[in-house]
Amino acid sequence: MDLDVVGLSRLQFALTALYHFIFIPLTLGLSILVAIMETVYVMSGRPIWRQMTKFWGTLFGINFAIGVSTGLVMEFQFGMNWSYYSHYVGDVFGAPLALEGLMAFFLEATFVGMFFFGWDRLSKVAHLIVTWLVALGSNLSALWILIANGWMQNPVGAALNPETMRMEVTDFYAVITNPVAQAKFVHTASAGYVVASMFVLGVSAFFILRGRHVDLAKRSLTVAAAFGLAASLSVVVLGDESGYLSSEHQKMKLAAIEGMWHTEPAPASFTAFGFPDREARKTHYAIHIPWVMGLIGTRSLDGQVQGIDALVQLASVRIRQGLQSYDALEQIRTLPAHAPVPPALTARFEEHSGELGYALLLKRYVDDPRRATDAQIALAAGDTVPQVAPLFWSFRIMVGLGMYFILLTAVFFVLSAKRKLDAYPWLLKVAVWSIPLPWIAAEAGWIVAELGRQPWAIEGVLPTAVAVSNLGMQTVLTTLLGFVVLYTILLVVEMKLMLKTIRKGPEPESTGHPGTASPLIGTTLALRTAPMITTE
Amino acid sequence: MILHTLLDYDVLRFTWWILLGVLLVGFAVTDGFDLGTGILLPFIGKTDLERRVVINTIGPVWEGNQVWLILGGGAIFAAWPQLYAVSFSGFYLAMAAVLLALILRPVGFKYRSKRDSVQWRSAWDWALFVGGFVPALVFGVAMGNVLQGVPFRLGPEMQIYYDGGFFALLNPFGVLAGLVSVAMLVMHGSSWLALKTDGVLAARARRFGIVGALATIALFAVAGIALWGFVDGYRITSAIFTNGPSNPLLKTVQAHAGGAWFANYAAHPWTMAAPAAGFIGALLALLGLVRRWEGSTMIFSGVSIAGIVLSVGASMFPFILPSSIQPQASLTVWDASSSHMTLFIMLVGTCIFLPVILLYTSWVYKVLWGKVNPADISAGKSHAY
Repeated sequence: MDLDVVGLSRLQFALTALYHFIFIPLTLGLSILVAIMETVYVMSGRPIWRQMTKFWGTLFGINFAIGVSTGLVMEFQFGMNWSYYSHYVGDVFGAPLALEGLMAFFLEATFVGMFFFGWDRLSKVAHLIVTWLVALGSNLSALWILIANGWMQNPVGAALNPETMRMEVTDFYAVITNPVAQAKFVHTASAGYVVASMFVLGVSAFFILRGRHVDLAKRSLTVAAAFGLAASLSVVVLGDESGYLSSEHQKMKLAAIEGMWHTEPAPASFTAFGFPDREARKTHYAIHIPWVMGLIGTRSLDGQVQGIDALVQLASVRIRQGLQSYDALEQIRTLPAHAPVPPALTARFEEHSGELGYALLLKRYVDDPRRATDAQIALAAGDTVPQVAPLFWSFRIMVGLGMYFILLTAVFFVLSAKRKLDAYPWLLKVAVWSIPLPWIAAEAGWIVAELGRQPWAIEGVLPTAVAVSNLGMQTVLTTLLGFVVLYTILLVVEMKLMLKTIRKGPEPESTGHPGTASPLIGTTLALRTAPMITTE
Repeated sequence: MILHTLLDYDVLRFTWWILLGVLLVGFAVTDGFDLGTGILLPFIGKTDLERRVVINTIGPVWEGNQVWLILGGGAIFAAWPQLYAVSFSGFYLAMAAVLLALILRPVGFKYRSKRDSVQWRSAWDWALFVGGFVPALVFGVAMGNVLQGVPFRLGPEMQIYYDGGFFALLNPFGVLAGLVSVAMLVMHGSSWLALKTDGVLAARARRFGIVGALATIALFAVAGIALWGFVDGYRITSAIFTNGPSNPLLKTVQAHAGGAWFANYAAHPWTMAAPAAGFIGALLALLGLVRRWEGSTMIFSGVSIAGIVLSVGASMFPFILPSSIQPQASLTVWDASSSHMTLFIMLVGTCIFLPVILLYTSWVYKVLWGKVNPADISAGKSHAY
């Protein structure tokens, strides 16, 4: 990546998005876990579940506040740094963002205040409804954002309007029901559930190891293990669905993830390990597992997964086709305003309008793509290859960790069913040390999805280099530094506060409600022998 | 889908212009009082407990209020993509300053009272002040610059070029508009604090509110005179196609000195209701603060803010963002919107969800009705900040 305005803008977007995505998965999952705990409280009436709700709710709140603010940055950055993008696809891309605000974010942010301030003002059931509305809001929010993101990966239901020089919606239903968006939503939401489950699991394990709040910790651990197991299974299954869809819509991304330079005879093998080398166009020390790639990518034994070189060839063909469409477009645009367009010209434009974006890849090298030389076309076709090595590695880290989460949550699920949660302290230690891992997996997933989309801002439609705002290097550098400094401070403060809250542990239940405190609290004997959720 | 043709394109465009006003007013009135409260925090709260009371008046609602800004951003993106693209990239550093300031707020609210150190708390109080003051000022400055025309150009393929820097925004009229914005939010924040607190805090809030209301009236009047005397307005000089494609370059525009921004008031006198509401609302808020009408003062200052925000829109119609260096590229209601279909879909979404939002927001305010009690805060009840 060159450090020009495009590179710096990308870096700023990536850093702010990756940072935002530290908080979002935890919000997604923890909101549901907290709502589950409160449901048990309302149904069973046992104060310990209320104490759990409040404790995990406090951690949820610390996390939520930064999620909100960094989300604001995301919402504004498209216009700030990607103004041509905003103009070019705002008609399609803006709608899910606005609907997210209307339908989801308002719900989430309005009721989150009630969650914290409403304990003494609302009835039990009303408060529970508030909690579920927060969870519903955060998950609906993710749905709309991933509909927007899914459209960047697979831009359906829209066409270029030569009069306005932008993409306009032709079929909004197709935008909403975009299969890529659906697969991404379930995959990402599940990933959020895994993050939150592993977080609750790890923190609870820490309490059990220290012999503090053991009763609360065991119950929390039981909920987290069950929820986490379901979620981590779903992440892997739905991640596979994402992979399958990539082979349909983003062949280059799949080939790059695989480090597959040349098309192999079907069914292709999966490279489990190796060092992709862009210069030599091969993957060194590769360890292949036969058939697996063909199965993932095509769900058949005879479907072919194309290699990078073949896809570059295809890209140069598409660039030339796109140029024909671009030429017709320019002729349409030189017609006088409000004049009718000759049908022959419209037909020429529409014949390859799907490839128009490929012609725009040349804008990096020449102002008028129609004047591009063969060498420039070859360069632009070469640009369609994303950075192979980071994709290759991020993907393997993500998948490897995904498998590990299934194993760990399954083990704790079995232990909790057998009431042996504290039987193996080393396992509890493993759980504590595993707390950061799901974040690594989630961030790696973001890298696979978004770095793998390069060089496109909108796959096949708008190259990133064209999408950027006309800003000065120093201007972008200034804000980039501003965000890095402030975000670093915030992260440190946030972590300290989280740790402090965890170290302090749950608030004793008696405050505010004298007389309703559980007889279990504070009696060590009862704590040790307290029955688990399954028997209540 | 042909449903969208039920409403004509120009009707939808006009409706979305109105909705743009509704969103800006929604943001200025709801998030406005908590930005104003942030500005007032270090001055109204003398002791730590007093400051915590001030913070806790907005504690449960600021997150919901801030969504008006997020929704505003999203709705402008969806309904007025060119406005979103040109203004956000043009005001780049100003927007970044607003974002950085706004980020300080949630952290300030959550973290301030988690440590006992006086320095720690005082630092976060000033951070909360910045978090309220900078957005209040910058949004006003931006409005002042929009009224004067912004130095942007559109290329043949609608590429956007902006020929101005951050400091060029701080011209006299821009700064004046920024001060109007700060004054009105101080008035609004004080009205809120007078409603939600008791005793010495409420008394101080009323004092600040009276100053804020007087300043709002004076500065808004000065801004009106300056707009008449010193700011060029713009007029479309070619035929207007209200159902035409969203391409600003298809028209011609000229700048006009001498009160061109007042032409709408002469042509449609009822639009004078907007600036009138700005003045009358502030006057009544002033009276309310003196006479201690708590709830209605809040409504009056809200009316004043709505009037001031809508005055900007009414003066400029049909312009949304005039260009000072390529007037032809100016964005107007008739050539900067999304497509017919997107406007329709967004309108359906808004008609369903905006009433629901207003409903549950009102419910939340109703549940939280009443003054913030310092005793509850020292007792650490209800997750007080």
